[in-house]
Amino acid sequence: MVEIVIVTIVKLLIYFGIMLLFVAYGTLAERKVAGHIQDRLGPYHCGPHGILQPLADGIKLFFKEDIVASASDKFVYFLAPALAVVPPVLVLAVIPIGDSITIGGKTIPLAVADVNIALLYFLGVTSLTVYAIMLGGWAGNSKYPLLGGLRSAAQFISYELILGLSIIGVVMLVGSFNLIDIVRYQKDMWLVIKQPVAFITYMIAAIAELNRAPFDLPEAESELVGGYHTEYSSMKFALFFLGEYANMVVSSAIATALFLGGWYAPVHWLSFIPGPIWFLIKTFALFFFMLWIRWTYPRLRYDQLMGMCWRFLMPVTLLNILGTGLFVILKNGGL
Amino acid sequence: MAVKEEQQFKELMAKGTSLGKVDEDIMRETIRTQDYWINMGPQHPSTHGVLRLILSLQGERIVDTEVVIGYLHRGTEKLAEARTYHQIIPLTDRLDYLASPAMNFGYVLAVEKLMEIEVPERAEYIRVMMAELARISSHLLWLATHALDIGAMTVFLYCFREREMVLDLFEMATGGRLITSYYRIGGVAHDLPDGFLDKVKEFCEIFPKRVQDYDDLLYANRIWLSRTVNVAKISAEKGLALGLSGPSIRGSGVNWDLRRANPYSVYDKLDFEVAVFDGCDVYARYLVRRKEMLESCKIVKQCAEYLEKTSGPVMAKVPKVLKPPVGEVYMATEAPKGELAYYIVSDGSQRPYRLKIRTPSFANLIALPEMVKGHLVADVIAAIGSIDIVLGEVDR
Repeated sequence: MVEIVIVTIVKLLIYFGIMLLFVAYGTLAERKVAGHIQDRLGPYHCGPHGILQPLADGIKLFFKEDIVASASDKFVYFLAPALAVVPPVLVLAVIPIGDSITIGGKTIPLAVADVNIALLYFLGVTSLTVYAIMLGGWAGNSKYPLLGGLRSAAQFISYELILGLSIIGVVMLVGSFNLIDIVRYQKDMWLVIKQPVAFITYMIAAIAELNRAPFDLPEAESELVGGYHTEYSSMKFALFFLGEYANMVVSSAIATALFLGGWYAPVHWLSFIPGPIWFLIKTFALFFFMLWIRWTYPRLRYDQLMGMCWRFLMPVTLLNILGTGLFVILKNGGL
Repeated sequence: MAVKEEQQFKELMAKGTSLGKVDEDIMRETIRTQDYWINMGPQHPSTHGVLRLILSLQGERIVDTEVVIGYLHRGTEKLAEARTYHQIIPLTDRLDYLASPAMNFGYVLAVEKLMEIEVPERAEYIRVMMAELARISSHLLWLATHALDIGAMTVFLYCFREREMVLDLFEMATGGRLITSYYRIGGVAHDLPDGFLDKVKEFCEIFPKRVQDYDDLLYANRIWLSRTVNVAKISAEKGLALGLSGPSIRGSGVNWDLRRANPYSVYDKLDFEVAVFDGCDVYARYLVRRKEMLESCKIVKQCAEYLEKTSGPVMAKVPKVLKPPVGEVYMATEAPKGELAYYIVSDGSQRPYRLKIRTPSFANLIALPEMVKGHLVADVIAAIGSIDIVLGEVDR
């Protein structure tokens, strides 16, 4: 029993460390990628090629004056940024970064928790993020954040649905909600090949849920100044920021497990590279994809975004489920 | 009917609600909805300066827009009355500070028309070339900020890269990057420096390729189209009635470009097309400016070719102390933002009795409330971008 507790704590610490590193360097990656896409260099002064920039950013945000909007609802105002960080950290527990390792004759699974409803847990926990944004928009008692918060509530709830429906195709094929089972199912062939539509809709919904461009309406800075975090400064702002990046990492990781074969190497002769490294590479590739999208596309308008969700993505995901269902039935020898 | 309703209401009051006894005054007041208004600007990232809009909203839909201006008012017209004709040139720079040569151009043409000064042809070509470079630079800044407002951040930096090239050219020729004060009454301050024309030609080579870059990101981009097509429409009649001019009216299918319609300087000797599109929407105005940049590039090239082959004076013989005859003059030119006109009343002294400036941004801004009525907040941003205002010009 004690052994399990120690192992779990060690795993948690490692996961948390990887996550924080990923988030910190995610911000640097964002700025570097943006820089190079836009024909400039990006951060360059803190350390070689700006490698210490996340540290400098962190210090700066930490020492900035913590301004509290005087007309705000204090309790909610302080609660919202904290809520922004919690959901992605909770999801960490079910991410299967690798299969299992053997240390001293004992086999230890690499995932923190081998839960058989991992996907439901993921959907449930991530939907808490909307509270952070809504409460943040509400608590400042200011008009622009309120508009941002309202937009976000509608957007989040709509795309949560698409996210869930995209995953159903995968679940039908594998027959399990367990992420580890899903990854094992992809040993020979990644699910992105069997479920390309689901993969695309999942990525769109994930980007929309993260409020990233081209769906960054809740924080559209050219319209709503800063959106829901307009009234936040210093570390409270940084927490919203951290939350966004952590969510990006988590969404990419889940997509990796669902569609890109998790810890398996893309071709057999590359499998000498350990699974966790493959997992991180794939996660980063999806993370990069999100950055790439952001710096390429303009922003959709609010009504167009909702229209796309209900009039286009919804039927597509439903058809995909129908198609998958037919396939599963026929494969099992018809009715 | 009313009696019956009154009775029902009394019964309801007597019964009370689930919240217990309710004050009758509160119950009498039927639930009202109220327009929500927000204040956009003067400190807002996409009002392009210090424009303030008071938007009445229903949800996110615009019911009414009130434009508040005056945050950048410097009294240019009044200041001009206390300055000699030469001294007014730097004031005109500060109207549309994004295209100062074009601002100088209109003013010096007006004074020359008043005094009937014959300007050397070389000077005219230099002026046209600089004015067209200014148009390119102004349109580049417009595209950059317009795209940024709609969320395409990369276009912003691409455009600034090329605008930098134009500003470098200005710096080389005049010493100033934004406010150049290069034009003089009767010509230009001095001839172009050595090597300038080569740089101009190099720019003309590169520029069309760079426009291709912007097209790759925007021209047929589905999101860009959905944000601009059929947004902030204004018909040709309505636009003309509101005094819309320049690219903003040419986007509504009105073929009116003073460079062609009422040629001044040497524009009648140059080969270029007037960009006209009849979509009446933000996208049409985008297409107009996009094409104008390419056409301006063609004009610049022609001017550079002419200037390479010729030499001569760049300044007419103009007295040191200017005393135009008593009278008045109105000179309209095609500035990057639209029709720019100077109206000068001279009383025969060294200073103008009155200088009235008709600036395009001011007139175009009036069309904004008309354009955005019934649209969403996000469309206001697109609409402001599409009429391309600069507040230095609006407030003067």
